[in-house]
Amino acid sequence: MITAGIDMGSKYIKVVILKDGTVLGRAMETTGFEPVESASRCLDKAIKEAGVEMSEIDHTTSTGAGRKVAPKTDSDITDVGAAAKGVVNLEKNIQTVIDIGAEEGRGIKIEADGKVVDFAVNEKCAAGAGAFAEAMSRALEVSIDEFGQLSLKSDKAIPMNAQCAVFAESEVVSLVHAKTPKHDIARAVHDAIASRIVSMVRRVGINESVALIGGVSHNPGFVDSLKRALETEVIIPENPDYIGALGAAITASERTK
Amino acid sequence: MKANYGYMDGSGEFYITIDTDLCIECADHGCVKACPAGMFEIIVDDYDDEVAAIKEDHRKKIKYDCGPCKPVNDRPTLPCVAGCTLGALTHSW
Ligand code: SF4
Ligand code: SF4
Repeated sequence: MITAGIDMGSKYIKVVILKDGTVLGRAMETTGFEPVESASRCLDKAIKEAGVEMSEIDHTTSTGAGRKVAPKTDSDITDVGAAAKGVVNLEKNIQTVIDIGAEEGRGIKIEADGKVVDFAVNEKCAAGAGAFAEAMSRALEVSIDEFGQLSLKSDKAIPMNAQCAVFAESEVVSLVHAKTPKHDIARAVHDAIASRIVSMVRRVGINESVALIGGVSHNPGFVDSLKRALETEVIIPENPDYIGALGAAITASERTK
Repeated sequence: MKANYGYMDGSGEFYITIDTDLCIECADHGCVKACPAGMFEIIVDDYDDEVAAIKEDHRKKIKYDCGPCKPVNDRPTLPCVAGCTLGALTHSW
């Protein structure tokens, strides 16, 4: 059986093609102003990579913020449900999932079978999402990759008092004017994002086995800050930005049976 | 499942928590009728259960939408909490 999962994220669309539990292909496209067209393009790319035809796909399930407008889909699943399914497929013992997208963060508590028992979402606070780190890296005139690496060089915790991304940005500008080294500013930004995420995740409870998914997992500076804030290890599954799409593809398989 | 709808920002944490395991047993969906702001809807969740949820367009502004039910000088039982006889609803603020 071949299925597809489409994750219609606010910044990126991801597609996973699955055959009997094995990933055959995956693709990513920026969402842009035409999400439906971007999703169709992304689906075509993933199908091509998988070496299959659209007509061979038995069921397609969408997830993500734009899941209701995803093209060529048979069903949908919430971001929370897809994230949980995707994570337990790769990491069996995970009990808490932290999913950080460009514009939102989620804390999800799951059972061994991937069933969600508690979740909290913050789609409103930009200071607790990936786009904030990107904006701050631009303010420091470094790439987001460099920004993540720079943060690791810092051994100084500078608390950021602003609770809002807009005010935090002016705080960063003040630090720049005060000639604070870039690596210390980078760490301050990552610590601030991590602290907002962790206080949200505390609503659902933090267990010892925590997984981090979403594009922010590629940022080593943020991961370091998150570990410090959680006071525990964080597991990053393989291809962490595709976990939602993987969870959707797994759901598609279950719905075809 | 405990579903926390809402957000946190610089002014605090604003979540409505719905214990959806209780919704599965609920016959009258009193929350939908009780809320003057029309914030609740009944959805079919990822596990094919009919449960209550906060409508998408209210999730980022519940602090303000719930404002009229939460006067600062007096806090009667909230209409949604009173309407949910199974006790599935809690507010974080
Ligand atoms: S009244 Fe309470 S138990 Fe019934 S659907 Fe609403 S929240 Fe759930
Ligand atoms: S407090 Fe009032 S407005 Fe808010 S959910 Fe309850 S009934 Fe609706």
